[in-house]
Amino acid sequence: MKTIQYTIQDPMGIHARPAGLLAKEAGKYACNISVAVEDGTPVDAKRIMGVMRLAAKQGMQLNMTFDGADEEVAAAEFEEFLKENL
Amino acid sequence: MIQGKGTAVFAGIAIGKAFLFSHSAGELPVFCGDVQKELQAFDSARETARQQLQLLFEKTKQELGEEQAMILDVQCMMLDDLDYIEAVQQQIQQGRSAAAAADAVGTVFSQQFADMDDDYMRARSVDVRDMAKRLTAILSGTNAELEITEPVVLLADDLSPSETVQLPKDNILAFVTCQGSTNSHTAILARMMSIPSLVQAQIPLNSTVQGKTIIVDGFEGCYYLDPDPDTLAKMQEKQKTAQQKQQLLEQYRGKPTISKSGKKVKLFANIGSPDDVAYVLKGDAEGVGLMRSEFLYLGREDFPTEQELFEAYRSVVEQLDGKELVIRTLDIGADKKVDYFGLEPEENPALGYRGIRICLKQPEIFRPQMRAIYRASAYGPVSAMFPMIASVQEVLAVKEFCKTIREELTAEAIPFGEVALGVMIETPAAAVISRELAKEVDFFSVGTNDLTQYTLAVDRQNEKLAEFCDTHHPAVLALLKMIVENAHAEGIWAGICGELGADTTLTEEFLKMGYDELSMSPAKVLEVRRIICESEE
Repeated sequence: MKTIQYTIQDPMGIHARPAGLLAKEAGKYACNISVAVEDGTPVDAKRIMGVMRLAAKQGMQLNMTFDGADEEVAAAEFEEFLKENL
Repeated sequence: MIQGKGTAVFAGIAIGKAFLFSHSAGELPVFCGDVQKELQAFDSARETARQQLQLLFEKTKQELGEEQAMILDVQCMMLDDLDYIEAVQQQIQQGRSAAAAADAVGTVFSQQFADMDDDYMRARSVDVRDMAKRLTAILSGTNAELEITEPVVLLADDLSPSETVQLPKDNILAFVTCQGSTNSHTAILARMMSIPSLVQAQIPLNSTVQGKTIIVDGFEGCYYLDPDPDTLAKMQEKQKTAQQKQQLLEQYRGKPTISKSGKKVKLFANIGSPDDVAYVLKGDAEGVGLMRSEFLYLGREDFPTEQELFEAYRSVVEQLDGKELVIRTLDIGADKKVDYFGLEPEENPALGYRGIRICLKQPEIFRPQMRAIYRASAYGPVSAMFPMIASVQEVLAVKEFCKTIREELTAEAIPFGEVALGVMIETPAAAVISRELAKEVDFFSVGTNDLTQYTLAVDRQNEKLAEFCDTHHPAVLALLKMIVENAHAEGIWAGICGELGADTTLTEEFLKMGYDELSMSPAKVLEVRRIICESEE
């Protein structure tokens, strides 16, 4: 299992489109990926509505967990994805 | 006959067949008895919905721009949401039809968004519902796209932006909606199209009204469903009179606006988006006196880029083909809030962080807009005016800012033209110091709505205060007189772009005061021109 943390920089937080992009990106990997805001309940990162319901705002910390065969690659690429999109 | 009231958004009479725009038309199909078949139907409906949304995305992008279209892209992504899909599949396995399951789960999900604390996410519940209704409609065999083949009066509980954009506008005589405000998408569209319409209407929406005759009276703010012969005859007469009046106004089309004593007035139009230029030309306005640029910032999730703004402004300039265009810079804040600006809630938004105050404090917002305005000026006449000015210092700061923009563009070898810089006079302070302001700018445009509310200390959003909101108050008229006198004393022109600009009971008074320009809803131009041409002033 791999975990990464990221503090949201985007002034809008995770609004609808970034939530969609995040879910799409997560869908590329075989491993289970969950995302939580700070110590809140984790949701499946591959599901846009769940990610939207996090209502994550700028300055909040995202905790992502990767569990499965390609977890190393997924975690590494997600670090980049978060930096670029959020 | 059923009779009821609503808030009128455009004066006029429409008589036609009622067309019930229902998001869920009638009964949903029942379970066919085969789970596999229903599951397959659900999958193929998602595919059809995706194709519809993609087409609609392209259409919207062309008509309203990419930012409006993004809503549809998000809906496309929602079609693939596993939470939604699995919940629907589960219901189908329990013996529900695909249509009923798609609808029920959509309602649950949209309610979850509606219950959230976050304004932005709450607003997304409409998107979830929009997406689910589309699937339900496909599965019920009723096409989600409207099939209106003859002129109708459109009745709806409310219309979402995605519904509004796909309406066959040529066949709509009037809108009647139960929800919506006078600032809703539908109301703005109705005013631009000059069709009598009601929002906040108290009207029963069930299948029995479909196809019945309905009369919408946009003068009185009421409707008559299934009217008795007497009412019908009376309203046909009223419609005829209104049409004849409009017909008489046609002789003023293309005529110069000059009073009998030779006073010339420019009659301009107020618009919100590039699409509205069609109505400017149809209404025979002589230019655009107020382009409310904030509409390009609404209904989207992030700031428009300089390029998007530039393209919108250039499109207006090119369509106007040499006619003047006055763009008011961003007037966000107060009653027009946008989530991505991250504005904090305020005790007194009307007296708060809005208009030029935001632009001066956050140049990163102001810069792309001013650059876009200057760049558009290379294609035809463009003026810029600044809202909510209350001091000379603010004007000096804005002028300095514009100078920097010109220097930047020159350094980058980007072409731009002469942009006249004016201010909105809408605070009593600006009116009182208008002589000093006039020394610094090229023109004034009076925003009578705000000037009235600030002068009388009456909140115009508060319906209880309607009787105290005397738009013809002597204090307001005295300020209007003073503003134009001060403008002329310093050799600049002055106009009016608030609601009073179209108030025909004051047109002669404005002429007497010496106003050089009146800007109004495009549909009012011919009527005001008639008054000026007939005036002895």
